[in-house]
Amino acid sequence: MSTSGVASMNAHPVVRRRHPFLGRALPYLLSMPALLTCVGILVPFGMAVWYSLERYNLAFPSTRGFIWFGNYISLFKDATFWNTVIVSMTYTVLTVGLELLLGLGIALLLWRRSLVTNVLSVALMLPLMVAPAIASMMWKLMTNANFGIFSYFVSLLGFHDFKWASAPQSAMFTVVMVDMWVYTPFITILLLAGLRGLPRQPFEAAELDGVPGSFVFFRIMLPMLLPYILTAGLFRMLDSIQQFDIIYSMTQGGPGDTLMDFQVQAYTQAFIFTNIGRASAILMVLWLITYVLSNVFVKNWLRLRERARGGV
Amino acid sequence: MTVKYVLRAVALTIVGLFFLFPLFWVVLMSFMSNADILRNPPSPFFNPTLHNYIALVSGQLHTNVGTQTVNYMLNLFNSTVLSAFSVILSLILGVPAAYAFARYKFRLGEDMAFTLLSFRFAPPLLVLLPLLMIFQSIGLYDTYFGLVWVYQLITLPLVLWIVRGYFEDVSEDIELAYRLDGHSWLSTFFHISIPLAKPGIAAAALLSFIFAWNNFIFALILGSSGVQPVTVGAFAFVTASAIEYGQVAAALVFSIMPTLVLATFTQRYLVEGLSLGAIKG
Repeated sequence: MSTSGVASMNAHPVVRRRHPFLGRALPYLLSMPALLTCVGILVPFGMAVWYSLERYNLAFPSTRGFIWFGNYISLFKDATFWNTVIVSMTYTVLTVGLELLLGLGIALLLWRRSLVTNVLSVALMLPLMVAPAIASMMWKLMTNANFGIFSYFVSLLGFHDFKWASAPQSAMFTVVMVDMWVYTPFITILLLAGLRGLPRQPFEAAELDGVPGSFVFFRIMLPMLLPYILTAGLFRMLDSIQQFDIIYSMTQGGPGDTLMDFQVQAYTQAFIFTNIGRASAILMVLWLITYVLSNVFVKNWLRLRERARGGV
Repeated sequence: MTVKYVLRAVALTIVGLFFLFPLFWVVLMSFMSNADILRNPPSPFFNPTLHNYIALVSGQLHTNVGTQTVNYMLNLFNSTVLSAFSVILSLILGVPAAYAFARYKFRLGEDMAFTLLSFRFAPPLLVLLPLLMIFQSIGLYDTYFGLVWVYQLITLPLVLWIVRGYFEDVSEDIELAYRLDGHSWLSTFFHISIPLAKPGIAAAALLSFIFAWNNFIFALILGSSGVQPVTVGAFAFVTASAIEYGQVAAALVFSIMPTLVLATFTQRYLVEGLSLGAIKG
């Protein structure tokens, strides 16, 4: 994964002279506990791979056996699996897209420092600190059909009897809204840090030359901010595609299977239908997606980090 | 210019309302009686009552089908224990490793750092299912110890990556100078390196505490009500039909207050930590 195979052992004259052995073993000794943790994670991961290749249902222990890619083949032939894929993709595209737009907008609003914007940027941290599962429950209370304040608000706008998460038409809208409430501040904070780190000269020059605002925005600011937008977007994408907390605590995947994304579906397969083999296969598909995404993300993030370190 | 000013003010107000109103309203609801909550149209003016909180603290919930005992305070205690011990363990395991990764470029170190990072992004259920089987067979299911151990999946990568960045910024020359004075490696580590990386360690500790506190899925699967944190405890509340809404709101307020208070007082560290050190130079 890392390209820096350069073993620059940081020639420590002091260390080498006193403890020839300890000097070399030190990094390994220091990281031993972390290494054990790594191994500790890899064992269950290996078991999950194995489960996904087995016929493994807790309700029928005697039928357990190795079936190669049987679980995957039956998944790909199953319409409910493709529904899961579509639900996850829809959720990811909607949340990441909307949060990027809104997050960038808010970051621009808060760019110029003043008392109001400083207070607001602290206040924006608050939703981000609420557990996503709890945030979902808060919204569930506020969208209750009988007394929910949001149900009351939309009835003022003429939408009487708006069902929020309990109707298939509006369930996705509701959970996307909760996701936006929790995570838009994350994007705003990242982009705000990016904006405030941008060099001033290009903007001053543009102002002197009387360049129109739209040109400054699309040709100067956006390109310079792009690495930050990419990092924030990829990071959120990784979280969104495997969303569990918000959806599960709002509707447990319902109504019907409107909100059955990868992890909620896998949870349902494992704990309602006790089908561990199938659940593991679903999770392996999800893992593959996140693995590819996370590699792109890490490369991006390291590049951004290098740049920030180099002091642009 | 004034039109622009007004538009900006309106936009800022809408943003503030969208992100703060839900918190404000749930806090209000937690002080309302059931009759006030069910009133139509809803009103922010009512006789505040501490009834919901008293019921939660005493564990006696009065519902329309009689009194029900719940132990939400135990959930609150569990959250505290799980988050605090997870962070402490992560610091003990992670800070020396972060130092090793920052100072010595060795192949295994990079591989470990990336393995841990990639599992930060892997679907949690993937490892939770096998872990459930393992835990049930070796008796770690439903124990604080087992959960704290699994919580390392959240807290350890954060500590490793954030603290590593700070150690990389500490100049090696300072450490060498101190060592040439005749101090041991251990003494240098504790007297020079750690104090210099303190802001990073603080940011990592805070952030991992909050993430551990906010976790839902780990304890949902690997524990029963005896060790479950507030997130899972509150979920049981919301899905139970007989419980009064004001009490649900109070339970939610209880569960978010600690992280909100922490965040408000330490937001400078949080901003740095949240970007996983991406922005920091």
